Amino acid sequence: MSPSNTQEEIAARLIELAMARGVTAAEATVSEGDEFEAQVRLGEVETLKEAGSRAAGLRVLCGQKVGSAYSSDLTEAGLQRIVESATSLAAISMADPHAGLPDAADLGQLAGDLGLYSDSIATLETAFKIEQARAGEKAAMSVDPRIDNSEGGSFGSYTGWRAFANSLGFLGSYRTSSCSLSVVPVASVDGRRERDYWSSSARTFERLEAADYIGRKAAERVLRRLGAKKAPTQKVPVVFEPRVARSLVGHIFSAVSGDAVYRKSSFLAGKLDEVVANPLVTVVDDGTMPGLFGTSPFDDEGVASRRTTIVEAGVLKSYLLNTYTARKLGLRTTGNASRGITGNASVGHGNLYLQPGEEKPEAIIRGVKNGLYVTELLGSGVNIVNGDYSRGAAGVWIENGELTWPVHEVTISGNLRRMFEQIEAVGDDLEFRGSVACPTLLVGEMTVSGH
Amino acid sequence: MSFSDSFFARRFNLTPRDLERWLGEALSRGGDFADLYFEYIESTALSLDESIIKSATQGVTLGVGVRVLSGERTGYAYSGDLTPERILKAARTAACIAAGPASVVRSGLDEGEKLDLYSVPVPAAETSLAERVALILRADEAARSADVKVFQVQASFADNIKHVLIASSDGSLVWDRQPMARLNVSVLAKGEDGRVENGYQGGGGRVGLDHFTSQNLPEKFAKEAVRQALVSLDAVEAPAGETTVVLGPGWPGILLHEAVGHGLEADFNRKKVSAFSDRVGQQVASPLCTVVDDGAMASRRGSLNVDDEGTPTRRNVLIENGVLRGYLHDRLSSKLLGSAATGNGRRESYQHIPMPRMTNTYMLAGESDPDEIIKSVPKGIYCATFGGGQVDITSGNFVFSATESYLIEEGRLTRPVRGATLIGNGPEALKWVSMVGNDLKLDEGVGICGKEGQSVPVGVGIPTVKIDRMTVGGNA
Repeated sequence: MSPSNTQEEIAARLIELAMARGVTAAEATVSEGDEFEAQVRLGEVETLKEAGSRAAGLRVLCGQKVGSAYSSDLTEAGLQRIVESATSLAAISMADPHAGLPDAADLGQLAGDLGLYSDSIATLETAFKIEQARAGEKAAMSVDPRIDNSEGGSFGSYTGWRAFANSLGFLGSYRTSSCSLSVVPVASVDGRRERDYWSSSARTFERLEAADYIGRKAAERVLRRLGAKKAPTQKVPVVFEPRVARSLVGHIFSAVSGDAVYRKSSFLAGKLDEVVANPLVTVVDDGTMPGLFGTSPFDDEGVASRRTTIVEAGVLKSYLLNTYTARKLGLRTTGNASRGITGNASVGHGNLYLQPGEEKPEAIIRGVKNGLYVTELLGSGVNIVNGDYSRGAAGVWIENGELTWPVHEVTISGNLRRMFEQIEAVGDDLEFRGSVACPTLLVGEMTVSGH
Repeated sequence: MSFSDSFFARRFNLTPRDLERWLGEALSRGGDFADLYFEYIESTALSLDESIIKSATQGVTLGVGVRVLSGERTGYAYSGDLTPERILKAARTAACIAAGPASVVRSGLDEGEKLDLYSVPVPAAETSLAERVALILRADEAARSADVKVFQVQASFADNIKHVLIASSDGSLVWDRQPMARLNVSVLAKGEDGRVENGYQGGGGRVGLDHFTSQNLPEKFAKEAVRQALVSLDAVEAPAGETTVVLGPGWPGILLHEAVGHGLEADFNRKKVSAFSDRVGQQVASPLCTVVDDGAMASRRGSLNVDDEGTPTRRNVLIENGVLRGYLHDRLSSKLLGSAATGNGRRESYQHIPMPRMTNTYMLAGESDPDEIIKSVPKGIYCATFGGGQVDITSGNFVFSATESYLIEEGRLTRPVRGATLIGNGPEALKWVSMVGNDLKLDEGVGICGKEGQSVPVGVGIPTVKIDRMTVGGNA
């Protein structure tokens, strides 16, 4: 294949140079991006940032030994240095029987327009972007006098290229664009402050939520937190709103990703075809959905993106794999290779989501007599090895099916194994706000620790 | 060393005249201040899994960031290409934040002051790859032979050498060479009942390879990782609710980082969005607590000869005998708040705008014997090691996750308990400190702090501390 843009040319040139050096196989990634960000605080422009950068990475195999290198110097001499460095590193690494490129039959890319790039983003005027950030903040600040401060409104935009080539003849590239608007109001009452945010991001400006809506939504969220107190320690049902429920889907991803599975460092390792969650739970990874953030024509080792059902009606159906982890497990890649610009691929996800159920979120809350509605999670207290779960939380207490007083400074704890079995209700409110999405979830029982 | 002998002058033929010209361009539309931050990093990462060196990576990143300050406004642009045309373009882009007649750049750049905290004669980056590979092979061997329950070992060694050059429109010119090295070992162990637990130990700092071949041997890291995994195999559920918490010395200092450190970063306080805003002079901790942030400590992970704005680092007292003394500043906040610079202006890379950040944050030693502290607790938990933490600086609520802890019953450590998150409120939590040990210890050198999308290396430290009341997120 012949290169169709400079990014592909650089990737192809790296492969050519590496093969000329006598390596067994090679793969090259080129990434390029231009970013812009405007921050407005209390109506005034606070920060404007604008720049572009690019870099290339190479991974070579000398027999079964791997070496990798990267640089932002993309001159011919710079590319030569990358090749030299990667080759000399392969010499000091050790033969790994499973290392290699994908099987040629697995290489490929999705055809057609995946809606990842829009010219509209590159043409947005600076003044317009500043105005968006200002309008979002203003909308938040005008909702209620208790909103008396702000961390600002921020508008960002990005356009970029990614190209990939390997010595089996794969050559491909794709262009992406995105924009985002976020607003962070601060409210206070009786000398106690709270902040919250709302944000929207999209691959085209047309699909971004309106600045006014984002501001009002952020305001609503921060006001809801005012006067928060601790709850008594007890075991109760916990409802996760979509923004935090997503993190539970993220834990499923960590637990089914091939690296954790072959190392047996996951509580879901070895559980294929076993019941691992409530029958209400179906989790899908789909890298083919047009216009979304988890979509790409091919993964980071040149395998076409696809749709994989991970959990179907509570039964674990598939892990997420790249070529290496698939070989370790005697399985086939699921097209989930992911990497920065060099090094061995790890496992990533496309659009990862838990399928929506039938219930309205309000109906799920109405079904809880005494429990916690979680709107924020803090900290990293999740252990994928054994499923132990303990995180800081804030939200609203549910009494007799009604959201009542705001709660903060509590933790929620349990074990992911049990929590997934105890997902007793799944909302109908699935919405893609990034590459991971989840509707409202009810977990039957968790420990809330407070006073 | 004169400028002409400095890294960027030699490698990229930069001259003071070039720097002045670009600063002039940055201030061509006005503004109070401009600076150029040049960065060149060579990195190496080696990793072992299943006793095989599976990955060896090296790379170079370089670039320059141009910043213009105009009142409270910041204009920023960067380039990954150090050709004069690109730098000039970045300067013009950053200049757009201001709108007025050109500001005058002081003519002549003078070398600014800097400390000498890590003059590592041979940085790890300049040693042979074989020597670095040997370290992780040793760690693997030691972990595997430590106990039959160990069934997976991963070890990695990562180092980099960063050269920076910072030129400012106030006439200062500083350059620095900043080495960093780190060794990590993580293991999985399986108990007789089939339960699997992990253990981790890492460490390093602005040190050379000798750090790992003299006292901090790979075998030491390996044994500690294995010990933690084995302890976890015996752990029972942690208690839920409020209890007395004793923090062991060292890494548990992350409490200070989350509970008070972030809340004292001056950008939040300038904007009055921190739970600590307007509280200087107030009692925010028990009188037993004195907390400092010190970027001027030799060889430590959070140390810097100059911060990323060219200001020499120093020891800053944040809380003295429980009273809030001051905030952590970058150039912008110290100017806007009329405070002295504290050397805390840091950034992740040339692509990032500097902001106030912590360096090495720790609590000074007290007078209690650590054993006496534990003996004084009828019922509570003792936390020896932590994973990460997080804070909401506005409400002040923070969490940090214990990875090795024990029940304290009648003044004795009894059973290990499973990982649990501790939660508290920044301006309140340290008021419950009732005993402070005489055993201040700094961490091993693993801290990474994230703020607004930027990661920087940091250090923490604390002596054994007793906190009478804190909420523990257990399951029992």
